[in-house]
Amino acid sequence: MIKSFRGGIHPTGNKSYTASKPIEIALLPSKVVIPVSQHIGAPCLPIVAKGDLVKKGQVIATSAAFVSSPTHASISGTVIDIAQYPHPVFGKCLSIVIQNDGLDEWTDGIPLVRDYEKLNDDEIKNIIKEAGIVGMGGATFPTHVKLSPPKEKKIDLFILNAAECEPFLTADDRMMLEYSERIVTGVKIVMKVLGVNKAYVGIEDNKPDAVSVMQKAFEGTGVEVKAIPTKYPQGAEKMLIKVLAGREVPSGSLPMDVGVVVQNVGTVVAICDAVVNGIPLIQRVTTISGSAVKEPKNLLLRIGTTFEDAIENCGGFVESPAKIIMGGPMMGFAQSNLGVSIIKGVSGILGLTKKDINNGMESPCIRCGKCLTVCPCGLNPSMLSILGERDMYEEAKLEQNLFDCAECGSCVYVCPAKRNIVQYIRYSKMKNNADAAKKKEALAK
Amino acid sequence: MSEIKLKDNIFTISTSPHIRAESSISKIMWTVSIALTPAALFAIYHFGISALIILLAGSLSAVGFEYIVQKLRKKPITITDGSAFLTGLLLAMCLPPAIPAYMAIIGSFIAIVIAKHSMGGLGYNIFNPAHIGRAALMVSWPVAMTTWTNLSGKVDAVASATPLNILKQQGYSKLIDTFGGAPQMYKEMFIGVRNGSIGETSTILLLLGGIYLIYKGYANWVVPVFMIGTVGILTWVCGPTGLFSGDPLFHIMAGGLIIGAFFMATDMVTIPITKKGQIIFAIGAGALTVLIRLKGGYPEGVCYSILLMNAVSPLIDRVIKPVKFGARG
Repeated sequence: MIKSFRGGIHPTGNKSYTASKPIEIALLPSKVVIPVSQHIGAPCLPIVAKGDLVKKGQVIATSAAFVSSPTHASISGTVIDIAQYPHPVFGKCLSIVIQNDGLDEWTDGIPLVRDYEKLNDDEIKNIIKEAGIVGMGGATFPTHVKLSPPKEKKIDLFILNAAECEPFLTADDRMMLEYSERIVTGVKIVMKVLGVNKAYVGIEDNKPDAVSVMQKAFEGTGVEVKAIPTKYPQGAEKMLIKVLAGREVPSGSLPMDVGVVVQNVGTVVAICDAVVNGIPLIQRVTTISGSAVKEPKNLLLRIGTTFEDAIENCGGFVESPAKIIMGGPMMGFAQSNLGVSIIKGVSGILGLTKKDINNGMESPCIRCGKCLTVCPCGLNPSMLSILGERDMYEEAKLEQNLFDCAECGSCVYVCPAKRNIVQYIRYSKMKNNADAAKKKEALAK
Repeated sequence: MSEIKLKDNIFTISTSPHIRAESSISKIMWTVSIALTPAALFAIYHFGISALIILLAGSLSAVGFEYIVQKLRKKPITITDGSAFLTGLLLAMCLPPAIPAYMAIIGSFIAIVIAKHSMGGLGYNIFNPAHIGRAALMVSWPVAMTTWTNLSGKVDAVASATPLNILKQQGYSKLIDTFGGAPQMYKEMFIGVRNGSIGETSTILLLLGGIYLIYKGYANWVVPVFMIGTVGILTWVCGPTGLFSGDPLFHIMAGGLIIGAFFMATDMVTIPITKKGQIIFAIGAGALTVLIRLKGGYPEGVCYSILLMNAVSPLIDRVIKPVKFGARG
């Protein structure tokens, strides 16, 4: 019996929209809009100019910084614009627009075939960096950085995060069913680079098919595939580590501090493609779902495809959506328009109706305590929301562990008073950060 | 692009999460009222039409007062959320069945206008409004608040006093005598065929309502279990004829303990928010109840003990905090 983490919720899964739909290759868009910043870290600078011809897989923007990740052309064609375009996370971002020439030609030298066993760790890490691979669960942290922990941190365990705890999303589920060989290879490559011989695959038990396929695929590799009780936010790294390894990452620390590295399913598939076939990260599997979408699907989409083109692949909308979400409904980003493009971290696009959202009038907290019961971080969201509401953000930080909040949204989900707790928490964090920056500036002077 | 014409791509923007569970304040409040209904119906059957009049006067006037206050304060009218109705209902259920209806209305006024809205309205009150209403009536009209209905078909002693009154004034053996034996007493108190406040008499129906609330997740099992348990243990230990000679079963079913523990001490707004804090609250309320019943001037102490513990709830919340993830190693 696997012991679960404290708190958590059981939102309506809504995965049946797409769980049984095989991954479909989306039609090539007439143009792609590729932002130079699709990751956490230093943004890239364009190395192509307006009018240049580019081919699929060619680097079009890069950065010299270690915590950064280059960007590649996802189709072949002509660069028709380099300017500010809508971005699903940052609002606006410098983007490179490529007009499709319809040829879909690879740049020189790829794809290729090579044996990862013959590569040394630094070569593999470099390939991963050059391929522009970032955490594809949504965090978009550059993968090569995660695979290069400082010497003093001894890593002894790798965890493949296949929990996919967000409602609606089924991209990881489908990849496990259809890309099992690439997942196994990807995991082996990561284990080799990290120098670990112990690994777990954590899959929520609402995906029994994926569990059995993975168990079969990993047979004889020493990797343990574990079905874990479904509960949101299982896919949060710290929760998954707690459930699978029984280790609690100390407050303010990282998984590597307890000897663990976690990667998402999509990321190991991309690692396999890059290391074995030399293919950079130019496409990803994304779930297009929600009750406003005509025909929900799991699509293999080129990076830079606009949301509009992606949804067009699903027959458009059956009713006007109240919200468009990038990612899952619990932690995703609401979009103001469909002009934004698929970036490396887009695990889903959701068209949610008013009924899906189930919003109500916000009222004062009645102190029912539900939020404390569900908070996986062991906080008092009720108090945090009240402090945020009253601009008492310093007290929130000093007395209520403000910065331990992972913003998973469980508290908001259960709140009968419909309070926007996470919004108050983000506000308080922002205010504290602004104060800290001001203080730093004053000290510098 | 599709059959549905999007209105210039106008979508709602907000921070995550974007979905919410089906729960609301009004659902909670009306469910609690429903859980009280069996005991209220039994009261009407048991005490007659006067009980019905007081129940209606209390609950409807509470809704009326909430409407007036919100109108005067130019706040959104929230009388349909059921919280004012519930306060009025709870207050009426804690009043003697023979009280004049206008007193119930005054009690509702104190509960809604003074205890609830002068503190800022729903969610901001420190004290349980229904109990504040009852306490105010208690000090204003002590005679009316302790005059009990003459129940027909009963011997005089039972008819005009509550079991706790008899215990206080005439002792335990007289109490057993008036019911005609201990088993008979337990049975009548369990069903609710005894004198007392309108809604407090039927142990079984209140228990059913309370268990329903716990099952629905709208009340916590911690508070009633620890409060009733504390009363049981302390009254057993501190018996009339030395240690361990008390009658816990009587004390648990007597007075307003069952309704208080399941419906008043579980009022989310006025009790600590953490489970540990709620345990402290419940044990404190139970201990104070026993202290008042056995040593105080009043025969019953549930109302005052809960109010006293309400007062220290903010303090308990300041001291007892949840343990954050990653702090236990």
